[in-house]
Amino acid sequence: MRKRKEPISDTMLLMSITIGIFVVLYALAMIIWGGGFLKPQMLFDMLNDNAFLIIIACSLTIVMITGSIDISVGSVTALVTMVGVMILNGSMLNGIQTALGAPDEFRIVIAAVVAILIGLAFGAVQGYLIAYLEIQPFIITLAGLFFGRGMITIISVDPQKAPQNLMDICQSRIDMPLLGSPNKKGVMIPAHIEIGVIIALVLVVLVFILLRKFRLGRNFYAVGGNMQSALMLGVNVKRTRFLAHLLSGLLAGIAGLVFMMHVGAGNATNATASEMNAIATSIIGGTLLTGGVGNVIGTFFGVLTLTTIKAIVVTSGLRDPWWQSITTGAMLCFFILLQSVVLSRRGRGGLHVPGWLKSSGRRKE
Amino acid sequence: MEKEVVLTMRGICKSFPNVKALSNVDFTLRKGEIHALMGENGAGKSTLIKVLTGVYTKDEGEIRIDGIRDAISIRSPQEAQNYGISTVYQEITLCSNLTVAENMYIGRGTGATVKWREMEKQAGKLLDSLGIPARPKQQLGSCSLAVQQMVAIARAVDTDCKVLILDEPTSSLDDKEVGMLFSLMRDLKERGVGIIFVTHFLEQVYEVSDRITVLRNGELVGEYEVENLPQVELVAKMMGKELEGLAVIKKDRQTDRSDAEVLYEAQDLSSTQSRPFDFHIDKGEVNGFTGLLGSGRSESVRAIFGADRVTGGKVKMNGKSVKITKPIQAMKQGIGYLPENRRQDGIIADLSVRDNIILALQVMKGFFHPFSKAQAEAFADEYIKALDIKTASSDTPIKSLSGGNQQKVILARWLLTHPQYLILDEPTRGIDVGTKTEIQKLVLKLAEEGMSVTFISSEIEEMLRTCSRLIVMRDRKIVGELTGDDLTQDHVMITIAGGEK
Repeated sequence: MRKRKEPISDTMLLMSITIGIFVVLYALAMIIWGGGFLKPQMLFDMLNDNAFLIIIACSLTIVMITGSIDISVGSVTALVTMVGVMILNGSMLNGIQTALGAPDEFRIVIAAVVAILIGLAFGAVQGYLIAYLEIQPFIITLAGLFFGRGMITIISVDPQKAPQNLMDICQSRIDMPLLGSPNKKGVMIPAHIEIGVIIALVLVVLVFILLRKFRLGRNFYAVGGNMQSALMLGVNVKRTRFLAHLLSGLLAGIAGLVFMMHVGAGNATNATASEMNAIATSIIGGTLLTGGVGNVIGTFFGVLTLTTIKAIVVTSGLRDPWWQSITTGAMLCFFILLQSVVLSRRGRGGLHVPGWLKSSGRRKE
Repeated sequence: MEKEVVLTMRGICKSFPNVKALSNVDFTLRKGEIHALMGENGAGKSTLIKVLTGVYTKDEGEIRIDGIRDAISIRSPQEAQNYGISTVYQEITLCSNLTVAENMYIGRGTGATVKWREMEKQAGKLLDSLGIPARPKQQLGSCSLAVQQMVAIARAVDTDCKVLILDEPTSSLDDKEVGMLFSLMRDLKERGVGIIFVTHFLEQVYEVSDRITVLRNGELVGEYEVENLPQVELVAKMMGKELEGLAVIKKDRQTDRSDAEVLYEAQDLSSTQSRPFDFHIDKGEVNGFTGLLGSGRSESVRAIFGADRVTGGKVKMNGKSVKITKPIQAMKQGIGYLPENRRQDGIIADLSVRDNIILALQVMKGFFHPFSKAQAEAFADEYIKALDIKTASSDTPIKSLSGGNQQKVILARWLLTHPQYLILDEPTRGIDVGTKTEIQKLVLKLAEEGMSVTFISSEIEEMLRTCSRLIVMRDRKIVGELTGDDLTQDHVMITIAGGEK
């Protein structure tokens, strides 16, 4: 075989840029602000707080690679959280536990199953409407967003709280050996992560393998790259798009479960605008809104980059919440500019082929 | 010795609402031949291909393919592929964000996972054996268009195709790339693949094909061996004219333009749709662009008017350099353009005849200075009378007028702006003979009054009657200019065909 170094693909290039920026940012933060950034727990807390965001960012990465969009994920997360909390505190589906005579801990299992079912239901309905009835994904998932939010209030107007004994299980910490830091009294406190982070990381790996190794994953890229071509190449475009949305819904359901395990309270304003953060982190991670390019590892680092910046904003004394929004906006703008500059430098600006060469397609018979 | 037949199509008919696209067309493809399918735009080439690839279903007729005893019916591109009919379309139908190898294998085979290493090895072997300069791991988008096209062909070959359809494969390639494609085609021919080659580049047909089938207006004109069909005869067959016995139409107007002033001059003018060309027109001259449909004649005049995005060139009007990149700039210079497609580019169907007439003048005056009703009425009435437009009143919506009268309304629209230079693209298409003659007379009358007119028509006789100079185009290039005694139908066709071949 000829040994030649292949030029890096668009996906890999954009992902490498994100990882690079994250590393540089974090290193800078450690040097300039020191303090919290020097403690490993800072990084782990970013993960603990944003495990659900990592998961719905994976949803968005999948649908965006397929050339679609799903803005219902935040609502699904919040709905699942509310339902989950109410299952835990016994106001919902209590009968199943009683009938089985199972201990209270069994409620967590019920909540997990229900979370997955809710996610799949959203994904299936939205996916069907988008893929088979060919309705605009933005409109459908916008409807899903409102529907999900509305459902939360129908289920419970008042905020709900999960019982502490179950939350202790949900929030159980996994200590990281050797990565601790001494507290004020000089006692070594080991760094820890929550179960939700493990779930999120496992999902990132699974989705990565799906996108890389499985036919379905590659079909996502093909459909997002050029739907018409994918059809001509024999890809079942409708099924592929349906499955992308089904998967997105499933992940949003799991994200809701993880969010519930982290906060332990159901509230109508849970995870508000998190779908927008998920879109932002996917884009920062190198996923193109136009489809066909993207990678969940990049998305994972996108989440880290965004949260690092937010942490820097807070550490540097700008504690008012709008500063975080402003920096998120600026970041997004910066990354999109960077992406289009990088991609057009690679000769994909779209203008390098003179128009007359493209033959007069529109004037053909 | 007759080679083995791989595909026969007999008596194929296909109609669309209000147009018969194919009537009773036969087509035969033999093993290991390159068979060119020729015809002007609208002759039915694409429809025939689409029937064969299952994009359209035929109304009547039968299709037989080697290896299957019964006539087959093809209902989808997927089915066509299963019968061994593969198509490479003009626009590349691959995914440029995937690798070369993926593009060759995606959508085929079974199993849930992708075996990258195996796939890349097979792809590499095939690419090597076909001499295609692409690497399996390369992202497709980083290959040139020609190589992308070849990857599409490699994919087709790998599906064991018996019939390979190449639909305008060369239209976006340069000469060197065309050469590469042709050697690949000859290679496939050696392997016994029957290739249907659809193109409108005449020279390429003669370079690579064995046989030619000509269609015209949805009907079969005939099937010919390349050696037995000189290029000029092919053009005659495509256009539906016979070479012999053509009456030479003498111009009654003697044209001596040596002292005329140049009104408009363009150097290296190019747009997104046309290649660079030079062009000029004198005051009071009527000239025309001619060539086969799709040869770039409309695109050239659209570049003059700025209707497509102008990409380069120098333009002079009355000897002064001017910038014309948008229609409004052309209009301000006194250029009017009557587009080829009346319904799409010309009329505003729901507006009245009056509003359609004053439209261009209104645009030039600016929309914030509307004409008074009385003024508009006066303009409209003047031209309805002058051009003898048959309409109930000037308030009638233009869509209720006949095609010829609609055309006159658009003509009136431009005449109202008193242009120095008027471009008429197919002004007589689809209108009755009487109106046609009226329009031709009008063109000559306008020219006598000092207006310059560029005229485009598919009917050569009409061009010969009205124009004193004809610019001949082929394959998007100007290949000749005919004046005086050279203005005969034979000469025009010979020039289109590219000399006495």
